[in-house]
Amino acid sequence: MKASAFAYARATSVADALALLAAHGDGAKVLSGGQSLMPAMNLRLISPELIVDIGGLAELRGVAVSGDVLKIGALTRHAELLRSPEIAAHAPLLAEAVAHVAHPAIRNRGTLGGSLAHADPAAELPACMLALNATVVISGPSGERRMAAEDFFTGIYETALSAQELLVAVELPVARKSSGYFFDEFARRHGDYAIVGLAAQAIVKDGIFADLRLAFFAVGDRPTLAKAAARLVGAVVTPAILSEASTALSKELDPQQDQQASVSMRRHLAKVLLGRCVSALLDRPDLNAGGSA
Amino acid sequence: MTIATASPQALSELDRPNSYIGKTVPRPNLDRLMQGRGLYVSDIELPRMAHVVFLRSPHAHAKIVSIDAAAAKRMPGIIAVVTGKELAAVITPWVGVLTHLKGLKSAPQHAIAIDRVCWQGEAVAAIVATSRDVAEDAAEAVRVEYQELEAVTDMRTALDSATPVIHPALGDNLAFERNLDAGAVNAAFADADEVAEAEFIFGRHTGVTLEPRAVVADWNAAEARLTIYQGTQAPHMVQNIAALHLGLRESQVRVVCKDVGGSFGIKVHIYADEMAVYALSKLLRRPIKFVADRVESFNTDIHARDHRCKGKIGVKRDGTITAFEIDDLTGIGPYSMYPRTSAIEANQVVNLVGGPYTTKNYRARARVVFQNKNVMCQYRAVGHPIACSVTEGLVDLAAAKIGMDPVKIRRRNLIADDAYPCASPSGLRFELLSHHAAMNRLMAMMDYESLRAEQAALRKKNIHRGIGIASFIEVTNPSAAFYGVGGARISSQDGVAVRLDAQGAVICQTSITEQGQGSESLTAQIVGSVLGVSMERVRVILGDTDNTPYGGGTWASRGAGIGGEAALQAAKILRRNILDVAAAILQTSPGELDLAGNAVVNAGDGAPRIELNELARVVYFRPDTLPPGIQPELMATRHFVPREYPFAFTNGVQASWLEVDPDTGIVRLLKHWVVEDCGTLINPQLVDEQIRGGVVQGLGAALFEKCVYDERGQLTNANMADYLVPMSGEMPDIDVGHVVSPTSETELGAKGAGEAGTAGAAAAVANAVNDALRPFGAVITEIPLTPQVILTALGRI
Repeated sequence: MKASAFAYARATSVADALALLAAHGDGAKVLSGGQSLMPAMNLRLISPELIVDIGGLAELRGVAVSGDVLKIGALTRHAELLRSPEIAAHAPLLAEAVAHVAHPAIRNRGTLGGSLAHADPAAELPACMLALNATVVISGPSGERRMAAEDFFTGIYETALSAQELLVAVELPVARKSSGYFFDEFARRHGDYAIVGLAAQAIVKDGIFADLRLAFFAVGDRPTLAKAAARLVGAVVTPAILSEASTALSKELDPQQDQQASVSMRRHLAKVLLGRCVSALLDRPDLNAGGSA
Repeated sequence: MTIATASPQALSELDRPNSYIGKTVPRPNLDRLMQGRGLYVSDIELPRMAHVVFLRSPHAHAKIVSIDAAAAKRMPGIIAVVTGKELAAVITPWVGVLTHLKGLKSAPQHAIAIDRVCWQGEAVAAIVATSRDVAEDAAEAVRVEYQELEAVTDMRTALDSATPVIHPALGDNLAFERNLDAGAVNAAFADADEVAEAEFIFGRHTGVTLEPRAVVADWNAAEARLTIYQGTQAPHMVQNIAALHLGLRESQVRVVCKDVGGSFGIKVHIYADEMAVYALSKLLRRPIKFVADRVESFNTDIHARDHRCKGKIGVKRDGTITAFEIDDLTGIGPYSMYPRTSAIEANQVVNLVGGPYTTKNYRARARVVFQNKNVMCQYRAVGHPIACSVTEGLVDLAAAKIGMDPVKIRRRNLIADDAYPCASPSGLRFELLSHHAAMNRLMAMMDYESLRAEQAALRKKNIHRGIGIASFIEVTNPSAAFYGVGGARISSQDGVAVRLDAQGAVICQTSITEQGQGSESLTAQIVGSVLGVSMERVRVILGDTDNTPYGGGTWASRGAGIGGEAALQAAKILRRNILDVAAAILQTSPGELDLAGNAVVNAGDGAPRIELNELARVVYFRPDTLPPGIQPELMATRHFVPREYPFAFTNGVQASWLEVDPDTGIVRLLKHWVVEDCGTLINPQLVDEQIRGGVVQGLGAALFEKCVYDERGQLTNANMADYLVPMSGEMPDIDVGHVVSPTSETELGAKGAGEAGTAGAAAAVANAVNDALRPFGAVITEIPLTPQVILTALGRI
C-alpha cells in the first residue's frame, strides 16, 4: 500500500495556500493532520496531484477568547483541545467529545479543521459544532466568509467548502452560566467511529430546558440537529413528553445501514441516547428508568 | 498433580540450586527487540533485490479471458510482469490432501492462477519492479479481462444440486466428511430427562499478525541454491515443499527465519503467493522480496472458524449428561490448504466435543465444503474454540433445563482426577488431566459464591452481569499422528545440539522456532539449568535449515514439550561429557562432581573445582595434558518425539464476568480467569502471557472479529478500521492460575500452553452473556456477540 506519486508544497501563509489551491483546483488536497488523508492516499482511494501542506501556518493555531466568542484555529490539534483551559472553561462539551476521538497517537496529529473539512458523518467534532452553534470561518480567493456549522456540512465527506477555499477557524459563543452539556456515543471499541453519537448543549432553568441543541451523528449523511428537541423545551419533561420526542426523533432521522448496525438499530440507539441525555441534563434518573425507549 | 505456588515445584532431575526451570527470567531476546535490533524479513536488503506486487482478482469466481501487461512492462522500473502460465514453467501445482483424512479431496492449486480465479484476492499476475510503489503503479496498468462465474458463497447451500461445482473434476463441493458414532446415543437420549438443542454459529476470522507475511527468495544460479528468508513457523517444511515444487533437492534450499512478528498459525502454511516468490527468484535469477500489505493480508492470510454446528445434549435430572451429538458444517474456500489441509479444524471439532466429560455416548458428523472465499486453515487453537463453545454452551443449556448451577453440573460430569489414563468417546487418550482440581482452584480465585451474590444484588438495580464457565482440553505436543502419518513431510520430532565453546559458554542450535512466544528463552533456561551455566552464557540459534538440527518448528503447542525435551536430553549428554573430562583432569570420578555457577563443583559440598572456562581451555588448546585415551566430546545432539501418546492433552477451565447493557447490546468485559494445567512450568511468566494472549484472541472472536463477505464473495471489511481486533481498552484483567500434572512421557514433564487461552475464552464469554440475559429469556449461540446480535435476540430492534 503505497500512495501514487504526488507533488508536495508547503504553504508559507494562508494567502500562499489559497494561491496554490486556486492554481491546482480539484487536483490539490490540503494536508492538515493527515489522519484521514494519508490512509486514503495509501489505499489509493484518492490520488491527488498536489498536496498543500498547511502544517506550518502558525496563524491557524491556537485558542483565544474575545468577548463572548471563543475562536479556535483550524490547525488546533485534538490533543490541544483536550488540554486547553479555555476549552475546558468555555466549551467543555468539546473536551469531553475529543476524548472519544480515536487514540492518543491520532489525537496528537489530527486537527479540528481537518476533521470538519473531512466531514465524516460519524465523526464527533462536526456534531459538536452544531451543538455549540459554531460559526465556520472560511478563507477563499475573494476574502473571508462565515457560515453556520449547520449549513457547512452538506453530505458524506461533503461540505460547503469549495476546492479554492480553506477552513481557517471556528467561532463559538462561550458557554453561559446555566448551560449544561452531554456527550456520549456507542462504539464497538473505544476510539472507533461511533455507531450512534450525540453531542448536546442546553440551558436549564429550574429543571426546565430553556434551550436544547441535540446534535446526533452517525445517523445520517451528516450531523443532524434534532428538531425533536423543541418538544422538550419550555415545559417540565414527563415520560410521555420524552416518549413523544423520541418518536419524533425516530421519524426525522434517516440513518444508513453498515456493518456495525442496521437502520432500525441506529434509530433505537439514537432513542436510547436521547433518554440518557435528557435524564442526565435534567438530573432526572426517573426519565431513564427501564432504559429502553 | 500439584497446585502451583509462587515457586512451582520442579522435577527432581532439574531441581538444582541454580535451576532456571519454573523461574520467571527475562527473555534473552528482549533487549535486541526493544532496541529495534531485531531482523524481520522486511528489514532484509540484498544486492539486486527486486520487489513483487501481486495483481489480485477483484472477483470471487471468474475465468481469466486475457491479460494485457504490455503497457505495464513499458513503465520505468518494471523488471517483469509474470502470469500464472509463465510461472508454471518453473513451479508445479499442488493438492492439499492427507491420506489419514479419509476421503479428503481438493483440486490442483497454482502459485498464480492460470485460467480461473476462485476467490477475491487470488493472484493473477506478479509485477516485479525496483520498488514496491513502482510495482503498484504498474499493477494499475495491467489489463485483465474476466468472465465472471457464479460464486459459491453460502456453505449451507454449497452441496445443493442447484449450486455450481467449483471444481467439476471433483464431482461435488464436499471436501471432507467424517462421521463418528460412539456408545449408544439413541438410547442415551431416550434415557435423558431433558434434551437441549441449539445451532452454534461462528464468524469467519483471521489471525492479524502484527508483522504481515513476508518473504525474500534469493536464487543463486552459480551455487544452484535457493535461500528463502521467511517468517515461518516451520522452516524445514518450507524447505521440503519449495524443493519439491521447484524441482530441487532439499540440500539446494536453505530457509532462514529470523525475527517474526507473531504467527498464531497464520505462518505455518504454504501460501500460493509465497510459492510464486520462490519461483520468481528462480525464473528471474535475482532476489525477490514480497511483503504483504494489510489489505492483502486480510484477503489471503488463512481464515479460520466459520462453522455452523448443530448440537444436542441429553441430561438426567440429577445432572448426569447422557449424550452429546453434533452436526458441524464449515466452508473452507476453494482449495484445501497445503500441506496441512483444511479438514483438520472440522476433524478436531469431532475429536474434541464432549472431551472433558465422562459420557461415552457421542455422535458426530462434520462436513467441509468448498466455496469461493479465501482459504481457511489452522489458526491458533484449531477447532478447540468451536468444540469448546458447542460443548460448554450445551452444558449450560442442559443446566438451565434442569435448574442446576453451571458449576455443579460440570463437577457432576467432568472426568475424575483419579480416572487416568482413560480415553474419550472419539478415541483421544488422556494420560493425566486435572479438571476437578482446576475447577476448585478457579472457584477460589474468582470467589464464585460472592460473585453470584453480587450478580443477584445488581440485577435488582437493573444491572445485568453474567458469569460464564468453560472447561476445556487442549491438544499439545503432537506426534506423527497429526501430519506425518497422512504422508506430509512435516517433522514431528525436534532436535537440539549443544556445545561448550572455548570460554565455557554454550551454543545451542534448536529446530524449534521463535515468533515471540519465548522459544529462545525456554531453551536457554533448560540448557543453562542442566549445565549449571548462567543464561547470559547460553546462546540459542534457531530458524536456519543450514544451521539447526532437523525438526518440526513451533506450532500446535509443541515447542516447549518437544523441543524443550530435546534440549534437556542434549544438555544431559553434554553434561556427562563435561563431567567425564573434568573427572579425568581432576583425577576423580564423574559421580563426585556436579556443574554449578559456570564451574565444575564437588557434588557433595558444592565447592568449586574447575571453571568451565578453564576446562574448555584445556580441552581445546592443551588436549596434550589430558590423560591418554580421553577424547573429549563437548558437543552433543539429541532428538525427541513423543511415542507413547499421539498428543499430550492439557486441560483447564476459564471464567468470564461481564456486563451486558440490554439497551445498547454492548458487552463490557469485567474480569477473566483461567486455570490451566500444562504440566511443568518452565517460565511461569511466559506461560501466563501465552495464556493471556490466547485469551485475548478468544475474546476477539467472542465480541469483535469477523471477516464479512457479501453474497458475491467480496470481503467487505479487509482493513483495520472495519475488521475489529480486540484492543487493550476493552480487555479485562486476566488472572491465570496453574495446576501442574507433568507428562511422564518426558523427563521435563512440560506440555503445551500456546492455545489453551484461545480454546475456552469465547465459550466463557458466550455463557456469561447468556447468564446475564437470563431474566430476558434470550439465548444466543452466535459469535461474535455484536450489539446487533444481542439487540436482535432481545427483540429491541
